[in-house]
Amino acid sequence: MTKDLPPPVNASADSRLLRLHPADNVLTVIATLEAGATFRVGETEVTVPSRLPLGHKVAARALEAGEKIVKYGAPIGSATRAIAAGEHVHTHNLKSDYLPTFLREDQGRYFAQPHA
Amino acid sequence: MTGYLRSDGRKGIRNVTVVVYLVECAHHVAREVVFPFREQEVHLLGFPGCYPNAYAHRMLRQLCTHPNVGAVLLVSLGCEGFNRAGLLEEIRATGRPTGVLVIQETGGTRKTIAEGRAWMAGALEELTKVPRAAMKVSDLIVGTVCGGSDATSGITANPAVGLAFDLLAKNGARVVFEETGELIGCEQIMAARAARPELAPELLGCVEKAARYYATLGHGSFAPGNAEGGLTTLEEKSMGAYSKSGNSPISGILKPGDVPPAAGLYLLDVVPDGEVRWGFPNISDIQEIGELIACGAHVTLFTTGRGSVVGSAISPVIKICANPETYRHLSEDMDINAGRILEGAATLDEVGHEIYDRILRVAEGEKTASEAMGHAEFALVYKSFDPIGPACLPG
Repeated sequence: MTKDLPPPVNASADSRLLRLHPADNVLTVIATLEAGATFRVGETEVTVPSRLPLGHKVAARALEAGEKIVKYGAPIGSATRAIAAGEHVHTHNLKSDYLPTFLREDQGRYFAQPHA
Repeated sequence: MTGYLRSDGRKGIRNVTVVVYLVECAHHVAREVVFPFREQEVHLLGFPGCYPNAYAHRMLRQLCTHPNVGAVLLVSLGCEGFNRAGLLEEIRATGRPTGVLVIQETGGTRKTIAEGRAWMAGALEELTKVPRAAMKVSDLIVGTVCGGSDATSGITANPAVGLAFDLLAKNGARVVFEETGELIGCEQIMAARAARPELAPELLGCVEKAARYYATLGHGSFAPGNAEGGLTTLEEKSMGAYSKSGNSPISGILKPGDVPPAAGLYLLDVVPDGEVRWGFPNISDIQEIGELIACGAHVTLFTTGRGSVVGSAISPVIKICANPETYRHLSEDMDINAGRILEGAATLDEVGHEIYDRILRVAEGEKTASEAMGHAEFALVYKSFDPIGPACLPG
């Protein structure tokens, strides 16, 4: 089954965006994109609103709220709201189907709670 | 390759002396014994707890009798619960130079440090006489771990390690991947790779146990830096981590301290059995590396995107940097730059072969970046495991 994990050969037209598997609905940014940079996703021309560091994901097409997000050909969670083609996909619009993601912003809340 | 031949027939790639504190109260004395010898392959290990623990005992026994270890000095306060006599006997039975110092009997800090250093001078002399023997790839056990992952880890360094793992397994080596808490989300894909049908439910069971354990603790194996590096969910991190295992069939499941019995790929189950009672299964990457070494790993492949700098006691750590930006910033701490793949400067296949070749050079004695800078980290805390089930190992 890991034969489904292909080598990172770029299947998207833009060498800055990597599609890891044909079934994926997100692309990985493999060179940091500064605010104002542009790229194309399908027919859509996208202008990057704020810096997108290396490794972050963008939607490969418009995604509906609740839709499974697929990377490496495997589901990595569900969209928490509608996501436009080319939009940054991260903790603000994607959640785990297993355990919530722990962010630095959560640290204050975590330590404010009583822990047995 | 030439290895150090031990009395049990196992071969090591290093000739390390370990000084082992058996309770935190003996830590300072043990560290002071090591200090003047720290550039002569003398490493510090130990267990902080005063109450006995079967897992900790087994870990220290397996580590002290690891083929990379030539001599052992135990340092005890004297009143702790660790079964000192039992451990000493188990190590002595292997024929290694073995010493024990009990601080309360020796007469305190200064006297024990002096006795320990005197013992060390003799042990290091004896270690020069350890016989050498030819060593093949099929004698090697190699572990892998990832730490400080980001979204590049699963694209470059981890699949490159997977390729190296496939090459090693093909040449008869035993290779071990781990951290079942970081396989949550890919359990079905993994179970499909079981070498025998009865192993598949065991693989699923390992990950289910990890998911229950982490859910009870309310916190997955996911650090804030993972999200800053572009990873959004535990499943996404898992899929990236999983690619370290390569494409070989999975031959079996190990628990910490189990030495894989035959060539092939093994999953190390690091999550304790029974009720959740000891806290997080692994408090940091360091304890995971220690568990791989307790399973006999001669070398550990450590992939990192954010940039870990660690090494380990006993067995060298080869650090493979996934992120080209991190590599430029921390290159002195890295052994392999897998980030080149993202820049089009190398293929995944080339980096996989580079990792394989580096393992052989390190096995020949070449120092890794962390070894050259004196890293020899170690951590061990309470855990408990049931013995491995009969379906878990190849017949």
